[in-house]
Amino acid sequence: MRRNWSERALSVVLALAPVWAVLGALLLGAFLIAVAGINPVDAYAALLEGAFGSLSGLGLTLQKTVPLLFAGLGVAFAFRCGLFNIGGEGQLHMGALLGGWLALTFAGLPAPVLLPAVLIASFIGGGIWGAIPGLLRAKWNMSEIITTILMNYIGFWFVSFTLHGPLQESRGYYPQSEILPGASWLPIIWPAARVHLGLVLALLAAAGVYVVLWRTTIGYQIRAVGSNRRAAEYSGIPAVRSMVLAMFVSGGLMGLAGAAEILGVQHRLSDFFSPGYGFDGIAVALLGYTHPVGVALAAVFFGGLRAGFNAIQRTEGLPLAMAQVVQGLTLILVVSSVALPRLRALLRRKEAASAGGVD
Amino acid sequence: MGTLLQLENITKVFDGLVANDRISLDVREGEIHALLGENGAGKTTLMNILYGLYHPDGGRIRLRGETVRLSSPKDAIMKGIGMVHQHFMLIPPLTVTENIILGLGSLRRPLLDLDSAAEKISSLSAGYGLDVDPRAEVCNLSVGAQQRVEIVKALYRGADLFILDEPTSVLTPQEVDGLFNVLRRLVDEGHSVIFITHKLDEVMDISDRVTVLRDGRLVATVNTAETSKQELARMMVGREIVFRVDKEALTPGETVLEVSGLQVDMEDERCSVALQGMSLSVRRHEVLGIAGVGGNGQTELAGAVVGLFAPVAGKITILGHDTAERSTKGVIKLNVGRIPEDRQAQGLVPDFTISENLIATRYTEPPLSRRSFLNFPFIAELAKGLIGEYDIRPPQPALLAKQMSGGNQQKLILARELHREPDLIVAVQPTRGLDVGATEYIYKELLNHRARGAAILLISTELEEIFTLSDRIAVMFRGEILGIRDAESADLEEIGLLMAGVRPEQQPLREMTP
Amino acid sequence: MLAGLTEFFTAAFFAAAVRLSTPLIFTAIGGIFSERSGVVNIGLEGMMLTGAFAGVAGAYFTGNAWLGVLIAMVAGALMALIHAFLSVTVRGNQIVSGAAINILALGLTTFFLRVFWGIQEKPRVPGFAVWKIPVLGDIPFIGEALFQHIPLVYLAFLLVPLAHFVLFRTSWGLSLRSVGEHPRAADTVGINVLRTRYMCVLISGALAGLGGAFLSVGQLQTFLENMSAGRGFIALAALIFGKWMPARTMAACLLFGSAQAAIVRIPALNYSVSPQLLSMFPYLLTLLAFIGLVGKTTPPAAIGTPYVKE
Repeated sequence: MRRNWSERALSVVLALAPVWAVLGALLLGAFLIAVAGINPVDAYAALLEGAFGSLSGLGLTLQKTVPLLFAGLGVAFAFRCGLFNIGGEGQLHMGALLGGWLALTFAGLPAPVLLPAVLIASFIGGGIWGAIPGLLRAKWNMSEIITTILMNYIGFWFVSFTLHGPLQESRGYYPQSEILPGASWLPIIWPAARVHLGLVLALLAAAGVYVVLWRTTIGYQIRAVGSNRRAAEYSGIPAVRSMVLAMFVSGGLMGLAGAAEILGVQHRLSDFFSPGYGFDGIAVALLGYTHPVGVALAAVFFGGLRAGFNAIQRTEGLPLAMAQVVQGLTLILVVSSVALPRLRALLRRKEAASAGGVD
Repeated sequence: MGTLLQLENITKVFDGLVANDRISLDVREGEIHALLGENGAGKTTLMNILYGLYHPDGGRIRLRGETVRLSSPKDAIMKGIGMVHQHFMLIPPLTVTENIILGLGSLRRPLLDLDSAAEKISSLSAGYGLDVDPRAEVCNLSVGAQQRVEIVKALYRGADLFILDEPTSVLTPQEVDGLFNVLRRLVDEGHSVIFITHKLDEVMDISDRVTVLRDGRLVATVNTAETSKQELARMMVGREIVFRVDKEALTPGETVLEVSGLQVDMEDERCSVALQGMSLSVRRHEVLGIAGVGGNGQTELAGAVVGLFAPVAGKITILGHDTAERSTKGVIKLNVGRIPEDRQAQGLVPDFTISENLIATRYTEPPLSRRSFLNFPFIAELAKGLIGEYDIRPPQPALLAKQMSGGNQQKLILARELHREPDLIVAVQPTRGLDVGATEYIYKELLNHRARGAAILLISTELEEIFTLSDRIAVMFRGEILGIRDAESADLEEIGLLMAGVRPEQQPLREMTP
Repeated sequence: MLAGLTEFFTAAFFAAAVRLSTPLIFTAIGGIFSERSGVVNIGLEGMMLTGAFAGVAGAYFTGNAWLGVLIAMVAGALMALIHAFLSVTVRGNQIVSGAAINILALGLTTFFLRVFWGIQEKPRVPGFAVWKIPVLGDIPFIGEALFQHIPLVYLAFLLVPLAHFVLFRTSWGLSLRSVGEHPRAADTVGINVLRTRYMCVLISGALAGLGGAFLSVGQLQTFLENMSAGRGFIALAALIFGKWMPARTMAACLLFGSAQAAIVRIPALNYSVSPQLLSMFPYLLTLLAFIGLVGKTTPPAAIGTPYVKE
């Protein structure tokens, strides 16, 4: 069967859809950059330079990749169970809160004990914050979208409350906690680029997500419920348990995102410590087609985007909000790519019709 | 009688599959024209083209000699074509009136005038002997009543030609008679009817002429009076078909399933039927067929037996074990095989592969998994074996369930459920939407298991299926069992009356055949 | 105790509750149209934010508050057009589409805020004069609470019976409801499912934009980054709470608006409560109300499922 060039082009586009989405978003972004009065070519050059051009730039990229990867894995994991976790922001705050509190309370413990304990606490904190909406959805069919979003605000303000009060630093100036004990810090593993252990942990988490979802019975259950809850229940798969567990793990991964930030970068818990990693997780997960490998790549991309736009803001004066615009456009293009197979089928039919002579 | 409609060389292709291949037929004024064919023969596609839902890839349509282009149902309706679909195009939460006047508004008449519409509907339906309540909510109507609403809907829009797609699959025999009376009335008043069916009895009963389709092609158009069921069957299938499967007489063994005083109430579901307290039992080597029009509690009964819902009262025991506290998983553990009503929504996980679906009921058991880790080599072997044994096509273990045909999906479910040689099989509508070949396969499978010693609870709205497979027949109506008869001696008319809710005491006395 | 209550529930308090529910009402009613036609719209937040910015930008550059509001509605509708395209034509995942809109809106509005006004400056725009309704506005207590507002407030409350009328008394309303319940049935009687859904999504965007414009042009006469602060989601909760019926949704919006009014009132009464906990309160209340009182909700049967014609 001879396929015309347009159909063949579409097949290529289909296979590389995420790449085209990214490029398309950057292209559209270029227009806006021009509107801002900045030369897009200069801007994107600075973007690349800032993200990957230097060791410190690369370090910043990788540093930002860590929470993005955790968050993306969190969203992806819930998505595999048919759930939309838009509550990442709240979960990462509560995870960071529990972890930070533990670190401050048990400051005397040695690192090999304290660090894992803090990480576990962060996982649990975020996990509980995610499991609650999960239960509401699983048992009473309450939209997890609404509950998770509301719990974002509740979580954020609760953490803010503690930072203005009980957890506030002793000086009492800023809404932030004391510096966390050194034993709880994530050690730097690549000093030249200032990359901390969190990167390794995030990659391990990605591997872990893969193994759990595709190699274990629990992952089997989660994916079955995500595909068709009724059919899964008909085969005896416990849907409620799977959904709650999926949201717990998802929230837990978000909690780890928060932990990575406060233990690896900021070394204290402060108001507004998260520039929206919870929401970024959504874009990361979807650009990565909710598969750990894709999510990892997407996380690096968005990390580079953030680092790069940081640089452009400094050098060219471009508002940082541009990064979010590119993110939104990328997501829109990713969603649009769902139509590509249909477009291909449409072209195929048109060609068959004109070739076959049926009128 | 003049010619009302001519379809000339209609062709329709879906993604490489030729659904209609140059089909030509004509319908005369005032006739009932049957369109006969198996599932998948192309009847519904052809009629959807006539109704403007699909665009033909070739051929043309002529109404009263004039070529017409029907690019949407609105066009078809304006040209006087009305269609009653197999799955009703009614909106459950709306009233009859709202459903009937749907889409009839215009910029000149933007406001709803439900009262005058209701009056018009009442007088129109009375004029044809159709009993509808304009103010009732559709979801509260019986299936037969909903069908009448669909007919009035077409009348209200001025239909001359009525297309009915498999209208009797949801009716009791008595309701079918009622429908046929309505059709004869329509024809008397000058309308024409195209009647899509795969049931030969109905064709012989009601139609003036019949067109047979097979594999998307026209086989023949004949006068009903000049043909026979056997001839039509041969045209429909292309070979002699055997109407009865070999069913050996067996002595039933121990009781496997015992249901007593079962009460189920699904208050959170819209339009569901409560089980009032029913009792039945099924023994080894026996098929108990539950007959009844859909929507009389069959779903609730099946769900309760299988552990999907917890009954409000009553007891269900399987081989002596009480299922009261058990979930679906617990019932499965009691070695029950289940064939669900809806293979796509219930029976299979659509995004899972064939292999993954095959292990769905026992993936936690070793050796399929060990300490929570799935054992892929063993799963692959099992899948290969089952695919071969049950002839699942295409034989690709990594194929997603949603990409399979209906017949193969059903075979997949059978492989999963029956391979374990269950003691009890609960089969609900096991051959719905399947062609003759797949249907025969499933009948043979079920009877094999019956011979092996399984007890089978068969729930089906297809009476022929019930009579073919069952040893005993129970009839359900509004959540109760109105009667249980031996299949050998069961009387079709009596069963039909029971299905319509006429209790045995109220039925006319029958002469006992000597 | 009683004295405390009367001190709390002053006419000013109710007036504030009414004012604070207004943007919710606009957005929620818009959301009802979208959802009733079968398209989930979680992008209401982004459309609201877009409207808030566009309203200010429009009012700033034209010097006219009403024109600003009009431009806000157009902007909201344009955002909605993206969502409609992704949901109806592309048949993509409607939740993801909505989330994308929210991200894009936040980025675009902040971006243009910085581009036009830099980091230090804030745009200042003309607002609306309070329009006291003759006679009714003079009634003690109720007059101040209900009848001394800017015209947009009255518009919001008039929108409620209008929406009810359109949905339940017009032919188009019946059509759109059927599209949301059983699109195939609607298709077979000749209703254009895709066009109906497009229109309803655009309406939701325009109304959400109007709600946003109320926040920016109507209330503060400026634009702040991420000004909508989750109100779009509260509106969504309100419409689910209100079972997709305009009157009940309005009641839910009033409830949540009152919560927001309460948190302003409390510090004014010299009760010392942490400002952060106060900020948390409306969201917590919304969540608890949602959990406790939502009960068994039955959304339109075909919601969230893209319609495939052939």
